[in-house]
Amino acid sequence: MSVSDTLPKPGLREWLLTDTPTSRRHAKATVIYQAWLSFKRNPMAMIGLGILVFLVLVAAFAAILAPHDPFTQDLAARLQPPLSEGYILGSDSLGRDILSRLIYGSRITLYIVTLVTILAPVVGLFVGTIAGYTGGWTDAILMRITDIFLAFPRLVLALAFVAALGAGIENAVLAISLTAWPAYARIARAETLTIRNTDYIHAVKLQGAGPLRIIIKHIWPLCISSLVVRVTLDMAGIILAAAGLGFLGLGAQPPSPEWGAMISEGRRFILDHWWIATMPGLAIFTVSLAFNLLGDGLRDVLDPKDGTS
Amino acid sequence: MAFASDIIKGRRKSPFYRVAVKAVKTVTAIAVTMLGLLFVTFFIGRVMPIDPVLSIVGERASQEMRDAAYVALGLDKPLIVQFFYYITDIIQGDFGKSLRTGFPVSDDIKRVFPATLELATLGTIIGVSIGVPLGVLAAVKRGSWIDQVARVVALIGYSMPVFWIGLIALMVLYGKLGWVGGPGRLDIFYEDIIPSVTGMILIDSALARDWTIFRNAISHIILPASLLGYYSLAYISRMTRSFMLEQLNSEYIITARVKGMSEAGVIWKHAFGNIKVQLITVIALSYAGLLEGSVLTEIIFAWPGIGSYITTSLLSADMNAVMGGTVVVGLVFVLLNIFSDLLYKFFDPRAK
Amino acid sequence: MSNLLDVQNLWVKFPTRTGVFDAVRGINFKLGQERLGIVGESGSGKSMTGRAILRLIRSPGIVTADKMDLEGVDLMSRTEKEMRAVRGKKISMIMQDPKFSLNPVMRVGQQISEAYRLHAKVSKSEAKRKSIEMLEAVAIRDPERVYNMYPHEVSGGMGQRIMIAMMLIPDPKIMIADEPTSALDVSVQMQVLEIMDKLVKERGMGLIFISHDLNLVSSFCDRVLIMYAGRVVETLAADKLHEAQHPYTQGLLNSLPRLDAPTDRLQVLQRDPAWANEPSVSA
Repeated sequence: MSVSDTLPKPGLREWLLTDTPTSRRHAKATVIYQAWLSFKRNPMAMIGLGILVFLVLVAAFAAILAPHDPFTQDLAARLQPPLSEGYILGSDSLGRDILSRLIYGSRITLYIVTLVTILAPVVGLFVGTIAGYTGGWTDAILMRITDIFLAFPRLVLALAFVAALGAGIENAVLAISLTAWPAYARIARAETLTIRNTDYIHAVKLQGAGPLRIIIKHIWPLCISSLVVRVTLDMAGIILAAAGLGFLGLGAQPPSPEWGAMISEGRRFILDHWWIATMPGLAIFTVSLAFNLLGDGLRDVLDPKDGTS
Repeated sequence: MAFASDIIKGRRKSPFYRVAVKAVKTVTAIAVTMLGLLFVTFFIGRVMPIDPVLSIVGERASQEMRDAAYVALGLDKPLIVQFFYYITDIIQGDFGKSLRTGFPVSDDIKRVFPATLELATLGTIIGVSIGVPLGVLAAVKRGSWIDQVARVVALIGYSMPVFWIGLIALMVLYGKLGWVGGPGRLDIFYEDIIPSVTGMILIDSALARDWTIFRNAISHIILPASLLGYYSLAYISRMTRSFMLEQLNSEYIITARVKGMSEAGVIWKHAFGNIKVQLITVIALSYAGLLEGSVLTEIIFAWPGIGSYITTSLLSADMNAVMGGTVVVGLVFVLLNIFSDLLYKFFDPRAK
Repeated sequence: MSNLLDVQNLWVKFPTRTGVFDAVRGINFKLGQERLGIVGESGSGKSMTGRAILRLIRSPGIVTADKMDLEGVDLMSRTEKEMRAVRGKKISMIMQDPKFSLNPVMRVGQQISEAYRLHAKVSKSEAKRKSIEMLEAVAIRDPERVYNMYPHEVSGGMGQRIMIAMMLIPDPKIMIADEPTSALDVSVQMQVLEIMDKLVKERGMGLIFISHDLNLVSSFCDRVLIMYAGRVVETLAADKLHEAQHPYTQGLLNSLPRLDAPTDRLQVLQRDPAWANEPSVSA
């Protein structure tokens, strides 16, 4: 298969690279394509993207990929070292295959990522743009609330939250989201304040657009790129926080193969059976790293004014 | 009356008046934020649990104890009144009694907080002393191998679960190699020997001139502090590099070179001089982050700090302790943030 | 008039992802104790010329020249350390906007003292005294108070005069002024230029005045170089501008509105790509 077979056909490629778009959809397509080309040039970012794609695939095809059932215990085969027969990454104290548990655990990781992404940035976007656009008392009050939540150290607040509501993965996600949204609200507000005073917003207002329309159609699209970068970069920290909660036993409950909880289970055996705690940690590290690389790459593409890389 | 308004007008221009106004504004901001914080902890601690009495008196309490607690907690009164009592209690330093230890929570916190402070402080010192020069170097030699190494170091720092690496490091460096001390702040037989002046063993043992204990304390703190220091330096080096690059691209740097200044002078006297203020903010934020990061580190290293305290209390459903600890950590956080804001305004001539 | 500066075949190149970009393409000129103007649009290479003389262009930029002599001594072969003795002491430069070209967190007086102490071993108080003297020389009233001010506290015109003071205090032979009045209000421009003029004349310095403003340069300088696309396309005495022969210069002159020769339509400069490929005129 030659190189030209893998590129979009000549006509499509030219259409995507043109300097003179013919419609708004066309213009958007060119921007996205050219951003993608720019992103592709960054090998580290591509690695990050690759790892995440791999993660999604593993989670989706877990049933096919996992050699064992993640919950089946086999006490005769407990504490097997890596590369033993049938247990590539070894087995834990209850004889469960670590590789299979890691594979199924990826689903939990993705679940957490998805939930937090739905909750925190959305709430932050709402609060930030409304505060920034409305100004006055609404702004002041919303910003005070934002500051209060920002004042909380993430893990400690999550601990308090879980203490009140009980352990469980949804509570952990909720707690993490509660500490994550203020940062996004701040970003959204800052962008809104900048955009609010531009001439084209004044023009749209003169044409009769109401605040809701302005916020949704004009301000939100412009906040999206900074938010996307920030969320991606934050995701690494969120995964670490979720793993930390899991480690403390406050996230997904046993026998769930959550990676943080797996580390906690392996802690007792760390001296002579290091693999039980090490493998899940490597998985967490890899995914976190992938988000950092992806976020860095996105920032280079979307926010080049940050140009300090 | 005209006379009085003249005086007021005159006052308005005096710098004393302006400083006073600023001070009032800052205190109000802190107060409002703390109030909000207390509200959130109150909400989580009293309103959210299905049975707040349970979490205060524990499972084995008799019905009489429960009834007594119910009244003592004011749970029969409206929420607003409860909140008011809560605030007044906390202002007086009364966080209630710990279910687990039986002591007042405030005493417990006084006991455990210095351990965390010691850890976070040492970690920050490590982070700053390595992170700042690394960041400057990475900016000055942008694109070189040093820059790449700094980038990798930071990337790893941002991606690594601290409790995991702590566990492995402890296993390898203590369990297998015996190079560092084990969990806890001191070997058991050294505990409670020196008088506790500050609560920070390194300082206390130095004050007592007990160098054996000092060395032992170092061997125990070096690993957790280095781990936290690594996180700190990842963040600090990235920020320093970013700030330096911004400065080095400025026109006044060219002016300095035109004047005939040496490159070292340009970098340290001019560029670095301009970022000092921003760096202080970054360091304060990093310190706050380490306070938070120490929660998990303390678990791994059996470090009796406030992180362990909160977590252990949590696992025992000791609400008073958890909330008390959260409020204290939250307060320190808020103060650090405000402090760095103030420092910024104080030192940056443009902000005056 | 002896030559202060003798430049032959100066090239400034920047390697980019898409090939090598030539900012300055083989220009020659000499500078005596006179005021030489370099005029051109953005991208003509005029600012790069100024920076190249001071050897401020760092990699990946490449600067080559057959000759670049300061008072007969070669500049191209100097080490960085040797150049530091040249910068400020022999040649200095003022830039466009004092808001950006002054260190924002250092008091302006200190910056001037620093310029002095880099080339003279004197005490701090001596440097301060000299700096205040210099501030007086650039017509700043109340120089002691201004000494302690920060750059954001002074106006644009004052900031530029402070720059002039800072750059002249080590007593250089040549000053390069890179768009010195472009960021100033018109009313202030003249003041600053007058001061520059006076000081340059008093000290017998050579001045290179870089600007995009042909009118300004012609009224202020003795000789003018017109640059286009990295080359010098014409050189004339300032009072003989109306005798310009190169079409680019003529185009520039004709596109300026004139009170004494009003036209219905201002001429728009028509660029001829051939101009970019002609050899540079020696000045």
